[in-house]
Amino acid sequence: MITKVLATVAVVITGALLLYGTADFPAFGDPNSPASAGVEGGAPSISKYFITESYGDTKVPNLVTSVLADYRGYDTMFETVVVLAAGMAIFAILRVFREEDDLVPNASHSEGNSFTDGDHSRIIVGTTVRLVVPVIQLFALYVIAHGHHSPGGGFQGGVILGASFIIIALATDLGYALNRFSEKSYFNLAAIGILIYAGFGVLCQVLGSNFLDYGVLQKVLFTDGPEMARSHSMLGVEVGVAFTVTGIMFAIYANLSSRGTLKSGL
Amino acid sequence: MADFFQNTLHDHFNYWVYVILMMIGLWAVIAKNNFIKKLIGLSIFQTAIILFYVSIGVKVDASIPILHHHEEPAAHAEGHDKGHKADYAVGEKDDSAPAAHDNHDSHESQESHGDHDHHADAHAVNPDLIANPLPHVLMLTAIVVGVATLGVALALSQRIYKEFGTLEESELLEQLKGGNVDG
Repeated sequence: MITKVLATVAVVITGALLLYGTADFPAFGDPNSPASAGVEGGAPSISKYFITESYGDTKVPNLVTSVLADYRGYDTMFETVVVLAAGMAIFAILRVFREEDDLVPNASHSEGNSFTDGDHSRIIVGTTVRLVVPVIQLFALYVIAHGHHSPGGGFQGGVILGASFIIIALATDLGYALNRFSEKSYFNLAAIGILIYAGFGVLCQVLGSNFLDYGVLQKVLFTDGPEMARSHSMLGVEVGVAFTVTGIMFAIYANLSSRGTLKSGL
Repeated sequence: MADFFQNTLHDHFNYWVYVILMMIGLWAVIAKNNFIKKLIGLSIFQTAIILFYVSIGVKVDASIPILHHHEEPAAHAEGHDKGHKADYAVGEKDDSAPAAHDNHDSHESQESHGDHDHHADAHAVNPDLIANPLPHVLMLTAIVVGVATLGVALALSQRIYKEFGTLEESELLEQLKGGNVDG
């Protein structure tokens, strides 16, 4: 009880100080706020540069994608590495191998080895999921591939794709989903994603430019200029990001829902 | 009083929302005894930060940070469709004449890779009419990494439950004090 009182006091004081501090912040929606327009007499605003120049630099209409995958390519690459590291950490923390060949998950222990077989109580859920999952996956691929021109990209599409496998596991059984997307597959997929991303960076270096400086890739992509090479390379690294995120999202679900055994889940 | 409402509540309501949400999360992290509830508090805290970042990228009457397809100068190599240009956040309409000229230039001299500089001049996107893309980028990665690290936190909680049979902080501390580490 005393903890709660103390916590309330601390939280109220912190909140009041923060609110006092925000009194000097720019108003909501102010286009001349320092974050959007830079400070007077200071360096020119990077955000303005991105808005006005990034299309000319990269030929990508989605400014978020061009900043994410090109200007801040390093950042995004290591964010992706963080996602992979999180997946490996979960594997290290939770995964248990009770039997000797537990690594190949078999669904033999679950009778309902399809969406509607066996248990009749899941007939509605199973049928719905069977119809909806292909649409979800198609939409995920669209989000990945169209990330240059509309809201989307590797992270978003990867999460949707991973969710489509999770929904299969939820509607049927973890073993059923793992037969289609096994532990080996999703960790390989995640590692391949990083490999694609870093591969683009190394390829740039091999061709004589800086790491992840895609402009030089016009030599191998046969594009009109360095701008289109940047655009196409961004699609490539987004696919890499999507691979990693897809694999790790399902890895997280599979390990958490089965307490690391990868036997029957929720 | 009206001044207070205008300045503090109307202009700064996004900061109020984020501070209140963040404090709810902080309170849960400090005061709750259960690890899962602490994690929920941490997620609320994170959501408040995301809300804060996204809200500072907002500009009044601005569009999303995605340029319209028909609006980019490069798509106007012919320079005849001014109508598309006018309906989007391109600066002044007077620009279309020099823009068309510039595009003609780059069209003729396509072999020279100097058309990048022409774009910069002809582009004339008004930055005030496009939302700030930078907070969106930062939060996009933060959300996904947040999900991944939340997964790690849940895995750790599950492991702790497996070892100690409890997720309550106080019970856990008692077990640790009693030397019952083996569980």
